[in-house]
Amino acid sequence: MKPVPALADGFPDLSGMRIAREPHWFRWISAALIVLVLAAIARAFAHGQIEWTYVSRFLTAKVILEGIVNTMVMAVLAMALGIVLGIVVAIMRLSPNPVLKTVAAGYTWLFRGTPLILQLLLWFNLALVFPTIGVPGLWSARAVDVMTPFLAALLGLGINQGAYTSEVMRAGMLSVDIGQYEAAQAIGMHRLRALHRIILPQAMRVVIPPLGNEFIGMVKATSLASVIQYPEVLHNAENIYYANSRVIELLIVAGFWYLLVVSILTPLQMLLERRFARGILRPAR
Amino acid sequence: MTKPLVAIRSVSKSFGEFQALKSVSLDVWPGEVMCLIGASGSGKTTLLRCINQLAVVDGGGIWLDGELLGVREQSGRLHRLSEREIGRQRLKTGMVFQRFNLFPHKTALENITEGPTQVQGRKADEVRTEALELLRRVGLSAKADWYPAQLSGGQQQRVAIARALAMKPMLMLFDEPTSALDPELVGEVLAVMKELAKSGMTMMVVTHELGFAREVADRVVYMDQGAIVEQGRATDVLGAPREERTKAFLSAVI
Repeated sequence: MKPVPALADGFPDLSGMRIAREPHWFRWISAALIVLVLAAIARAFAHGQIEWTYVSRFLTAKVILEGIVNTMVMAVLAMALGIVLGIVVAIMRLSPNPVLKTVAAGYTWLFRGTPLILQLLLWFNLALVFPTIGVPGLWSARAVDVMTPFLAALLGLGINQGAYTSEVMRAGMLSVDIGQYEAAQAIGMHRLRALHRIILPQAMRVVIPPLGNEFIGMVKATSLASVIQYPEVLHNAENIYYANSRVIELLIVAGFWYLLVVSILTPLQMLLERRFARGILRPAR
Repeated sequence: MTKPLVAIRSVSKSFGEFQALKSVSLDVWPGEVMCLIGASGSGKTTLLRCINQLAVVDGGGIWLDGELLGVREQSGRLHRLSEREIGRQRLKTGMVFQRFNLFPHKTALENITEGPTQVQGRKADEVRTEALELLRRVGLSAKADWYPAQLSGGQQQRVAIARALAMKPMLMLFDEPTSALDPELVGEVLAVMKELAKSGMTMMVVTHELGFAREVADRVVYMDQGAIVEQGRATDVLGAPREERTKAFLSAVI
């Protein structure tokens, strides 16, 4: 057996030498350009015809604060309705029963296929179609009394949201490996229990980022309910500028509140994601 | 005379044009360890899946513990059982999958207790004690609170065996339990299976581990193209095969 040959010359020892910092010229230049552009925009607004005192005065006005609370209440309730509908419809869509499947597909088709604002107007004006509503022989009422702006907005936004959420949920369920269904069946679970205990918890991990997206969309979609007199923040801001003509100032106020709410929602989504990533993100051994 | 635990009679199963099982008949006796060998596509996995009703037979019938699986005979016609009844029948068999299929959002212990608590509705603390005992039996007492992603393939498969045993099945079905494992991890899983065989469990094992079959199996069944070609004692089938197809398969494998 030959001895191991000595290492060849001409390859110096680099251990202990550091890698030099790169200058990154382009980053500095681009950052400087962006600062310039932002400064120009800020200057334009400062010299534009905006009375900033109105903005600060109405930012925390009672009507505006009530408006943003109404916005949040509606967004949360309509989203909750949308998620419940979405889960039910997604399960129906994936069921082997052709009747359930068709009904689910029809629902999605109908409510995704028409504009949200049209649906809101239809719900609000339901009294034109059905002057009285109720269960025959049990209870009935005038539709105008029942279909308040609140209820019309909740139904319109929630049912529309359900159509979109069902597709998100379906994608989440399809992303779970078929072996998980089989393992659940093999320990004797029937379909609904397997969905509840095994499939949906795993699907949640996948659907939370798109659902966060949908919820942010919902917060802003509530502004459409201003057309049916629901007193959310944009509707209240409009009512103020109809009186004082400070249109831009009040739109800035409303915009500020939307931005603030959405900024708070993003870290909340992160927390939820961590909750449902159990067993996934933990470091491997 | 005792009755077979599993009686398979003229079972056929097709996937579209492909005939996975062609009128297969077979008995499995209580306490027997049976190894099913054969090339991929020979129908051995499909046979196992039919017994666990993950696949539905097209023709013929399978009786488990004297009970016809999946269907009920009534005035000359077969009626499919409800999902609930099929679930009840499945509790008599435990299935171990090639890809483990542990629930990734549950710890090793929760994987084992899920079936007994949720499906059988048994008391949580009693089930927990049993699950810990099962984990000890498969050598994983220290990993009770670990998630599947934190375990090696061999450890995951051992948890999967414990999960199946937690339902107290009469029959254990193993579908290529070591095929997805790194070579150095195969031994630990086979050791658990040997221990299980020794304890008297009735087992049907689809495997390519001929060493395991030789050592543990009471009977080896060689399948090809959806039919049983040859069966008998392991020493006979593996050591002195009579059929040409068995000889060809064994020489290709070894």
